[in-house]
Amino acid sequence: MTTRASWGGLAISFAIAGLASFAASPAFAQAAGINQADTAWIISATGLVLMMTVPGLALFYAGMVRKKNVLATMAQSLVAAMLCSVLWLAVGYSLAFNGDGAFIGTLDRVFLLGVGMDTVHPAASTIPEALFMIFQMTFAVITVALVSGSVADRMCFAAFVWFAALWLLLVYVPLAHWVWGGGFLGAAGLLDFAGGTVVHLNAGVAGLVAAYVVGARKGYGTDNMAPYNLALGVIGTGLLWVGWFGFNGGSALAANSRAVYAIVATHLAACSGALAWMFCEWWTRGKPSVLGMISGVIAGLGTITPASGFVLPWHGVVIGLIAGASCFWACTKLKLALGYDDSLDVFGVHGVGGFLGTLLTGVFAVGAISGGPTGLLEGNSGQLLIQAYGVAVTIVYVGVATWVLLKVIDLFSPLRVSPQQEIEGLDISQHGESLQ
Amino acid sequence: MKLVIAIIKPFKLEEVRDALTAIGVHGMTVAEVKGYGRQKGHTEIYRGAEYAVNFLPKVRIEVAISDDQADRVIEAIIAAAKTGQIGDGKIFVTDISHAVRIRTGEKNNDAL
Repeated sequence: MTTRASWGGLAISFAIAGLASFAASPAFAQAAGINQADTAWIISATGLVLMMTVPGLALFYAGMVRKKNVLATMAQSLVAAMLCSVLWLAVGYSLAFNGDGAFIGTLDRVFLLGVGMDTVHPAASTIPEALFMIFQMTFAVITVALVSGSVADRMCFAAFVWFAALWLLLVYVPLAHWVWGGGFLGAAGLLDFAGGTVVHLNAGVAGLVAAYVVGARKGYGTDNMAPYNLALGVIGTGLLWVGWFGFNGGSALAANSRAVYAIVATHLAACSGALAWMFCEWWTRGKPSVLGMISGVIAGLGTITPASGFVLPWHGVVIGLIAGASCFWACTKLKLALGYDDSLDVFGVHGVGGFLGTLLTGVFAVGAISGGPTGLLEGNSGQLLIQAYGVAVTIVYVGVATWVLLKVIDLFSPLRVSPQQEIEGLDISQHGESLQ
Repeated sequence: MKLVIAIIKPFKLEEVRDALTAIGVHGMTVAEVKGYGRQKGHTEIYRGAEYAVNFLPKVRIEVAISDDQADRVIEAIIAAAKTGQIGDGKIFVTDISHAVRIRTGEKNNDAL
C-alpha cells in the first residue's frame, strides 16, 4: 500500500510540475475529477478495514473464548466477510447509498448496475464509485462480525448465517442509508464520521438484544470461562488498532489533512482509553490485566469513531479517557448488575463506546475541521440534541428490529445449539474440527 | 528397589535433574500435572468475572533407584526443590517388586 500511496503522490507531483499529464494521455484516460492520491489512500484504507475483520476481529474474539470454541468464533467473522460482501454487491450498496429517500435507497445500483470505470458517488467525487462501494462494504462486514461476540460459545452456525444475511439487509443497510446515504438522520444534521451509530452503537445494541434472546451460556457465573489465549487477543487488537487508521482516516474519503487529523485523534483515543481502563482496573482490582489493556484500546477506538474527523488531537485524549473508564464500568459492573451474558462484551465496549462517542461528537466538534458543524464547546448546544436524537433512533430501531429478526429466525433455524453440543464445544459440533 | 515420586514446582525441574545426575541417578520420568495441597489455588479475574483456579501446574518426577540410594536421592530432591514457600511439593517413596529393561531383558537392580 505504501507503493500505491507513493505512486499517487508521484502522479500529483508530476501534474503540479507540469512535466506530464496522465489525464491527457489516452492510456491513462479517466473521469475528470478522479484524484489519484485520494484513490490510492482509499484503496489502502479499504485493505486496512477488511484486515480488521479477518484476521483482526477473528483473533481478538477467538482469543477470549474457550479452546473448544476458537474455530467457531473465527468462522463467524469469516462468514460475515464472505456473505456480507456478496450481498453488499448484490443489493446492499444500492439500498444504502443510492438515492436520497428518507428511509431507504433505491434498487438502481443492484449488482452494481450503472457503476462504471468513470462513475463516482456524490459523497466521494474524487474516487471511482467501485472503490467507494467496496470501502463501504468493509464497514458492513465488520459490523455484522462485531455482533457475533455477544453470542459466542452457543449460537448455532446455521442460524448465524441467516442472521448475518438478514440483519445486514434489514438493520445495517437502512441505518447506513439514514446516516450516510442521504436518509433522514443525515438530513437532520447528525454527525457520525466513521460509524458511532452505524457501526458501534448498532452492533452493541444488536449484541445486547442477541445476548438476551439467545440466553446465557450454560454454566455462566459458575463455570470457569477464562479466555483460551489472550496472546491471540493482543495480536487481534494490534491489527484492529492499525486497521482503524483506515476506518477513521479513510472516512475522510480523501487523502487530506482531515484524514490525518482523524488518524491522530484515533490513535490518541486508543492509547488513553487503554490507560484509563488499565488504571481503573489496577486501582479497583489490584492488578492491571492484559485483557483490560486491550479492552481499553478497543473502547477508545470505538468511541472516537464518530468524532474523528471533527475534533482536535487533544479531544481524542479526553474522549479516550472517558471511553476507557465508562466501558470498564459497563463491562465489570453494569453487566453483572443486569445479569445478561454478552460473552465478549459487544455492548459494554462497542455499544457504550458508540453511545458516548456520538454524544461527545456534539460536544467537541470543531468547525475548522468539520468544515461547518460545531459542537457545544464552540457554543452550539443544538448539535448535542441532534446527536441524542440519532442515538435514540438507532437504539430503538436496532433493538426492535434485531429482536424481531432473531425470533423469526428461531422459528425455522434454532438460534442455539443443544446443551450437549455446547458442552462438547462448537468447533466439533458445528464444524467437525478442533484445536489439538 | 524404590520408586521415588516427587511433586515439585515446575521451575525447579532443571535444578532437581542436575542434583540427581550429580549423585549418580541416570534416568527419570517427568510429567506436567495439576493439583493442589495446602497452597490451594488462586483467583483469576477477566473483565470483572472471577474464576477460582483450584488446580495449579506442578511437575511430577519419578525415579527408580536401588534401596541404598533412596536417602541420598530424597535429600538431593529436597535440597534442590525447596524454596521455603508454601507449594514446594511432596515426595512419596514406594517399593518396587520387579523391574525389567525391555531392550535386554535384564532384571531388577541391573535394569535400573
